[in-house]
Amino acid sequence: MDDTASISSTSSAEEVARFTAMAESWWNPDGKFKPLHKFNPVRLAYMRRVLCRHFNRDATPIAPFTGLSLLDIGCGGGLLSEPLARMGFAVTGIDAGERNVSIAQTHAQQSGIAIDYRAGGPETLSGETFDVVISMEVIEHVPAPESFIAQAAQRLKPGGVFIGATMNRTAKAYALAVVGAEYVLGWLPKGTHDWKKFVKPSEFAGYLRHANIETSEIVGASYNLVAGDWVETQNLDVNYMILGVKAV
Amino acid sequence: MERVDVLVIGAGPVGALTAALMAQAGVRVMVIEAGEPQILSAPASDGRAIALALSAKRSLDVGGFWTHLSPFAEAILDIQVTDGNAPVLLHYDHRHVGDNPFGWIVENEEIKSAALKRLKELGIAVKSSTIVESWEFTASAAKATLSNGERIEAGLVVAADGRPSPTRQAAGIKIKGWDYGQSAIVCAIGHEKPHNNVAYEHFLPSGPFAILPMTATQTGYRSGIVWTEKRHLGTAIMAQEDAYFLGELSEKVGDFLGQITLAGPRFAYPLTFQMAERTIDSRLALVGDAAHGMHPIAGQGLNLGIRDAAALAQVVVEGARLGQDVGGTAVLERYQRWRRFDTGMMMGVTDGLNHLFSNRNPLLTAARDIGLLAVAHCPPAKRLFSRHAMGVVGDLPRPLQGLPL
Ligand SMILES: Cc1cc2nc3c(=O)[nH]c(=O)nc-3n(C[C@H](O)[C@H](O)[C@H](O)COP(=O)(O)OP(=O)(O)OC[C@H]3O[C@@H](n4cnc5c(N)ncnc54)[C@H](O)[C@@H]3O)c2cc1C
Repeated sequence: MDDTASISSTSSAEEVARFTAMAESWWNPDGKFKPLHKFNPVRLAYMRRVLCRHFNRDATPIAPFTGLSLLDIGCGGGLLSEPLARMGFAVTGIDAGERNVSIAQTHAQQSGIAIDYRAGGPETLSGETFDVVISMEVIEHVPAPESFIAQAAQRLKPGGVFIGATMNRTAKAYALAVVGAEYVLGWLPKGTHDWKKFVKPSEFAGYLRHANIETSEIVGASYNLVAGDWVETQNLDVNYMILGVKAV
Repeated sequence: MERVDVLVIGAGPVGALTAALMAQAGVRVMVIEAGEPQILSAPASDGRAIALALSAKRSLDVGGFWTHLSPFAEAILDIQVTDGNAPVLLHYDHRHVGDNPFGWIVENEEIKSAALKRLKELGIAVKSSTIVESWEFTASAAKATLSNGERIEAGLVVAADGRPSPTRQAAGIKIKGWDYGQSAIVCAIGHEKPHNNVAYEHFLPSGPFAILPMTATQTGYRSGIVWTEKRHLGTAIMAQEDAYFLGELSEKVGDFLGQITLAGPRFAYPLTFQMAERTIDSRLALVGDAAHGMHPIAGQGLNLGIRDAAALAQVVVEGARLGQDVGGTAVLERYQRWRRFDTGMMMGVTDGLNHLFSNRNPLLTAARDIGLLAVAHCPPAKRLFSRHAMGVVGDLPRPLQGLPL
């Protein structure tokens, strides 16, 4: 068995190996992860807005979230952990791929940003809790999504915020994300996504509810081919972000 | 090694505005300047009377410069254009285009001095008599070794070091350009009668000649002169005694201002045009004259630089708020995209200008200049133009609209 995969029982070996193989180019904005680099601004803008609202922080300073902790589950090369740390969060980033974690660590060090990166799944952090837990584009890669969410929820403080993102299990998502992005546009390596594992918003909200997290909003994100940018939308057919608050 | 978000090279008007707009929003900025501290604390006159457009004035306001500058700014309420010795060809009255003046005339040294006052207020220490000795660019930072031995690490370097821009040269960015073979003689004059806030532009065969309304001092009314001549004639005119020079100048100005006197030293600037092949590089953005230098008669050099400063500050601040790497490709490409059209249009206009200025056909010349003036001085026309072009990538940078970042 692959050594990185053995670290986490909630991630399947194949999935981990696939992302680890791509890890070296994480930080190249024109490299293999270009779609993520393009996608991140809309997600970060969303997170900043809703988190400022939730924690009652003034949105004008560059780092409004000082004093708050955040756990990034499935942090990969740190493409979201670093920006969130710059926004003031004390960030802990975990990833099942050990190589990802090393890459993330190296990069954060070079950028002069302090982030606590560790290899493993959410279950390896027992005892620690955070003000915010995020898990972006991870749930569609884990073998048991419901128990994954249950683990993630345990890391959240009462009254804390969970933000997740994934892809809807619709024909349109299959067409765009699998056929379009992987096969036609070649944005993502073939086999990145398994459509059967995509999660419907109702299912996601259900997993959260069982874990004591009440969903407060779901927004879509769509790619505007003309502008070459991602934008927030009401349409949840393909990519969406889900926001929930843990019961006190 | 000290680490900052942004290292600005050059404390001229454009570098200082870029630094102020960013620092106001919480970006950690450092400014280094080759000039000596004495020159910085009391900038000497360089004879330039700068015409600032409304959007530039708004940006200077947002950057906190305008409070220091307004006592030295004279509004332009009318523009009169004449061709050769013909009667007035065109008359623009600001009331035809709205409530705002066409622009303001301010001496360049007052802009520089306001800039430094503002940086001081913001607690930005300008490292004077300092240049960058060597650069090292890594994947995550630009590292500069300064002439005082210090080493600075920055996410982004802003080259605001004027036309020669050693920073641009070090990055290997080439420039395109040409020499107009002309010089602009500039100086301030005193006069008996008020200028009534009128700017005059005379298109003479030798080149354009402008009289720009300046603020009055205790010694009386003042205006700024921009007198374009073929280079060798310019040199000869500059070599003349003051009395003789004044005589020739009086003839050109005419008698509508009454008796005129020289109100400051005169300067001659060789007129060249240059444009950097690109305005960004790895962790580097060019702003102001470092990116583009144009014919002063267009009155656009600093105005364009101010638009660079506003656009760059906005993309950096918005990027920083999203936790992005401020010197990363995403931020820099947004800057380059945002400025490309505006700068390109100016290049085209100036190119046309170059050809038409060397053309003696008065109608052609007038047509050109009217178009230019309309674009340069009439905010609605300009707004229409910029809006149209910038529609795709968003609106005008916020400071140009008078809005904070
Ligand atoms: C005669 C004349 C009339 C003009 N009239 C107008 C007008 O009416 N309207 C208008 O908009 N524009 C006008 N302009 C253009 C305007 O003056 C310039 O566009 C403007 O000054 C550019 O500002 P800047 O900050 O980019 O560059 P600069 O003012 O050249 O400042 C560059 C700064 O960088 C510093 N520096 C240089 N090298 C280094 C280094 N290696 N390290 C650190 N610092 C360095 C310099 O000391 C300087 O302080 C006119 C120009 C001329 C010549």
